[in-house]
Amino acid sequence: MRVTAILTTALAMAVAFIVLLGFFFPVPALLELRAILTNWAMTIGGMAVFIGVLNLVAVHIGKIQKRQKGSELGVILVFSLLSVFTYGVLFGVEDPLMQMTMNAVIAPVEAALMALLVVTLTYTGIRLLRWRRDLAAILFLAVVVLFLAAMAPKPFDNGILDGLIVNVAGTIAQGGARGLLIGVALGALLTGLRVMFGIDRPYGGD
Amino acid sequence: MSASTIIGAIVLIAAGALLLIFIVWRKRVPASLRRIRAYDRLNRDVGLSVESGKRLHISLGRGDLLTARNASAFAGLAMLRQIVERASVSDRPPVVTSGDSALTILSQDALRAGYSAAGAEEDFRVSAGRLTGLSPFAYAAGALPIARDEGVSTHIIIGDLGVESALIADAAERQGASLVAMSDGLSAQALLYAAAPDPLVGEELFAAGAYSGAGMSHEASLNAQDVLRWLIIMIMLAGAALTILGVNF
Repeated sequence: MRVTAILTTALAMAVAFIVLLGFFFPVPALLELRAILTNWAMTIGGMAVFIGVLNLVAVHIGKIQKRQKGSELGVILVFSLLSVFTYGVLFGVEDPLMQMTMNAVIAPVEAALMALLVVTLTYTGIRLLRWRRDLAAILFLAVVVLFLAAMAPKPFDNGILDGLIVNVAGTIAQGGARGLLIGVALGALLTGLRVMFGIDRPYGGD
Repeated sequence: MSASTIIGAIVLIAAGALLLIFIVWRKRVPASLRRIRAYDRLNRDVGLSVESGKRLHISLGRGDLLTARNASAFAGLAMLRQIVERASVSDRPPVVTSGDSALTILSQDALRAGYSAAGAEEDFRVSAGRLTGLSPFAYAAGALPIARDEGVSTHIIIGDLGVESALIADAAERQGASLVAMSDGLSAQALLYAAAPDPLVGEELFAAGAYSGAGMSHEASLNAQDVLRWLIIMIMLAGAALTILGVNF
């Protein structure tokens, strides 16, 4: 194992144990240390965003240079990113034009994707029966349709039946969701322990 | 210390002890894993993509490393390292996308480790680990052109995702590419149940390392998870029985 790998592993394990000890034993010294380490992590996270954006620009500039398929979208992305970034640095994020960029461009584009998602989900639901024609798939679709029918606004009063559907199917779905979440929590716990013990080293120690 | 903190500490210590015990045990007795069709498909598709000279796209989601939602990202990174080691000989190297910048940096590190383990470190390109967007839909929108333009034959979605995963799954379907998808988010699990041919739900995501050959610590994790799961089931049943009997606690 390289020296850097040993150092990074030891550092990660030490930080993990200090933060965890601070959680279980909230004595002032540990809490203060925990706060300092968390602040460092947030600062490093902020730098990572900057590096990530540079990576995004570098990938698209590479595509443009090689004239790869879709590189014209890369030109738009790099131009928009640089111009918005420069304007934001010069005039601040509170500037009306910056706010307009957010409200008139980014928010509508995300809303459009959300609308597209509705179509995608409908198509996916229909496609499900192509993948699987078993009882679970049919039950899944039946519950989805029942829920949609119960939640949809209607011109007549159907409160009792809708309430029954939501309560019965909702209770069963909640039970299933809790089961899934317990499984996810156990998996997350063991994954965290592997990282904390230095068994998994995704931070350059491998 | 409150009662919930004490219970949390006991669970943590028990889980840690079980993990270490099973790691020692796994050194003596090799694990036998039950078949999961999605992982069979995954291993087959990785081989096929290398043979056919096509690309793998691994989507690691948006697991912010500074929040509690990062475990699925770590599970994805463990699997990524194994897949890259096998796929590094391909004409078209794998592409990894993520929606969190720290995760992108770690994915580049996992890629480098995979190439290094395969003895092909000179083939590693930092641009193979990409940040495609920082918000859910920006992330999905950035990943869609990869599905369309880069000759991807297999998409692997693993990590913390939401409803935007349906857009990536749909892009994979439109391009006729194979899809293996898993997430720790409930909404994404519901969507991927419908969108992926062999869906993985619940804790099956965390078995990714064990099924891709990441080593006995991952297999030991599965054993520890099984023991803890049975313990929780017994505690829940006992609690229900006591409540029915009128014992308040």
